[in-house]
Amino acid sequence: MIAPVKLVYETFGRLNEAKDNAILIFHALSGDSHVSDEGGWWSKLVGPGKAFDTDCFCVICANTLGGCSGSTGPKDLNFPIITIKDMVAAQVPLLDHLGIKQLVAVAGGSMGGMMALQFSVDYPGRSQNIIAIATAAKSSAQNIAFNEVGRRAIINDPEEGLAIARMIGHITYLSEVSLTNKFGRKIQEGALASQKFGDSLFEVESYLKYKGVGFTKRFDANSYLYITKAIDLFDITNDLSRGEGRFLVVHFTSDWLFPEYQALDIVDRLKDSGKNVSYRVIESTAGHDAFLLEEEKLGVAIKSFLAGAKS
Amino acid sequence: MIDYRLRLKPDYKLIKEFIDEGATVLDLGCGDGTLLEALTKDKKVKGIGVDIHPEGLDEAMGRGLSVLQLDLNKGLKSFKDKSFDYVVLNMTLQAMWDPLLVIQEMVRVGKAAIVGFPNFGHWKLLFRLLATERMPKTKVLPYEWYDTPNIRLMTINDFKALCLENGIKIVKDKYLNAAGAEIYRPLIRWRAVEGIFLIEEKA
Repeated sequence: MIAPVKLVYETFGRLNEAKDNAILIFHALSGDSHVSDEGGWWSKLVGPGKAFDTDCFCVICANTLGGCSGSTGPKDLNFPIITIKDMVAAQVPLLDHLGIKQLVAVAGGSMGGMMALQFSVDYPGRSQNIIAIATAAKSSAQNIAFNEVGRRAIINDPEEGLAIARMIGHITYLSEVSLTNKFGRKIQEGALASQKFGDSLFEVESYLKYKGVGFTKRFDANSYLYITKAIDLFDITNDLSRGEGRFLVVHFTSDWLFPEYQALDIVDRLKDSGKNVSYRVIESTAGHDAFLLEEEKLGVAIKSFLAGAKS
Repeated sequence: MIDYRLRLKPDYKLIKEFIDEGATVLDLGCGDGTLLEALTKDKKVKGIGVDIHPEGLDEAMGRGLSVLQLDLNKGLKSFKDKSFDYVVLNMTLQAMWDPLLVIQEMVRVGKAAIVGFPNFGHWKLLFRLLATERMPKTKVLPYEWYDTPNIRLMTINDFKALCLENGIKIVKDKYLNAAGAEIYRPLIRWRAVEGIFLIEEKA
C-alpha cells in the first residue's frame, strides 16, 4: 500500500455543470499529463473542433502512478511493484474529486489502451465508451522480452542503461519501412574518415543515440523499470467480458509490437461476450508509433465513434 | 435527420421478410450500416457489421452500430459456429475473391444465411453481350470489365448449382426486377436483376 499518492493532471475544455462531459485519456509508457496544447503528445487529436473536441468535452489526463512527471513514483519513495490495475485505480479518486460520476469515454494508446480496457473491467459502467488503440489484452512474450532487455541495461547502469533501453524501445515503436525511408544507409558526414566504435557511422545510429540520451534527461530509470514491469504483468483476457459500454479497438497495419492478432483477440473477446465493439484498421508505415503520428486518420475514426455515442 | 428508409434499396424489404424479430444478424459488406440500422429499428435485431472500407465503417460507427473492419476474403475466423441467427451478404458476393469460401463461412457461422447478388443472366445483359460482343454495363454493374470490383459475375442458375454441389440447402428464394419490384415465375432466371436466397447448411 502506497499512501498518500500524488497525481499530477491537466484538463482541457470545460467540465459542464452536470459533470457528464468528461473524457479520461491515459498516456503510454513514456507519456505525461500534457496531452494537448503546445507540445502535447496528442495535440492534433485533443482540442477545439478536434476528435476529442474540447468545445464539448472536458478532457482529463493524469501522469500515471509510478511515472516521473509529477505523480508519485519510484524516484520519490521505496516503491512496490505495481500493476496496470493499480495505475488505473489511482486515477479513480481524481474522478471522485472532480465530481465525475460517469465519463463519456476513456481512451489511450499502447499502455494507455491497456489502462482503458482495465478501467472498463474494474469500473463497469463508469465510462460509456472505451477506446483502445494499438494495444493488447495481454503482453506477449515478445513484449516482455524487449522490456526485459531494457531493464537489464538499466540495472547494469541506470543512466547509460536507460538510454539503451530507449534505443531498443524506439526501434520496436518504428517499422522497418519507416527506418528505411527515414535513414536508409545514409552515413554521417565525415564519419567514415575517423571510424571508431564509440562514434556513430550511420545516421540511424546517431538518431537512436540522440533519442536515447534525450530520454535520460526527461525520464527516470526507476519509473522505466516499474512501468515496463506493470506492462509485462498485464493480462486481462479472462476479465474483458466484465466490461460495460461501447468499445472501439484500433490497429495500425505496420505495428509489429502489437500485431493485429492481439487487437483481434480483444475484439473477439468483447464480441463473444455480447458487447458493442467496433474495430478499425488504419493503414500506416509508422509502426507502433502510428498511434502518435497518424493523428488525422485516427481522429476520423475516433470522431465517428464518439458521434455514435449520442445516437 | 435523414430518413434511413429512403436510402435503402428495394431489396431491403425482401431481406427483412427473411429475418425474424429480435434475431442476431451478422451483416457482411455492411458499408455505412444502412441495412443493419434499418433491421435494428424495424426488426429489433442485435447485429454486427463487417466491411473492409473505412469510410463506410466510420459512418456506421457514427450511427452507434457495432462494426468490424475485416477482410471477408480471409474467411470469418473471428466468428464461432452458429453464433448468429442470420449472416447477410447483400450485393457483395460478386466482389469476393473466393465466393465459395465466403458462402461456406456464412452457413457455418449463421444458423441461416441470406445472399443477394446481381443476376448476370438477365435477358438484357445476355442480349447486349450477344449483340455487341462487349461485356455489358448496367446501373447495377456500371464498370468496364478491366476496372470492375465485380470480379465474379454469375447467374441465378450458377448460384443454384453452387449450392447443390456444395451441400447447401436453399430454403427460400426471391427475385427483383429492374424497377425493384418482386417478380414471380415464369422465366425468372432471365427477368431477375437480383436474386435473394435464404440458405443453410444441409443437416
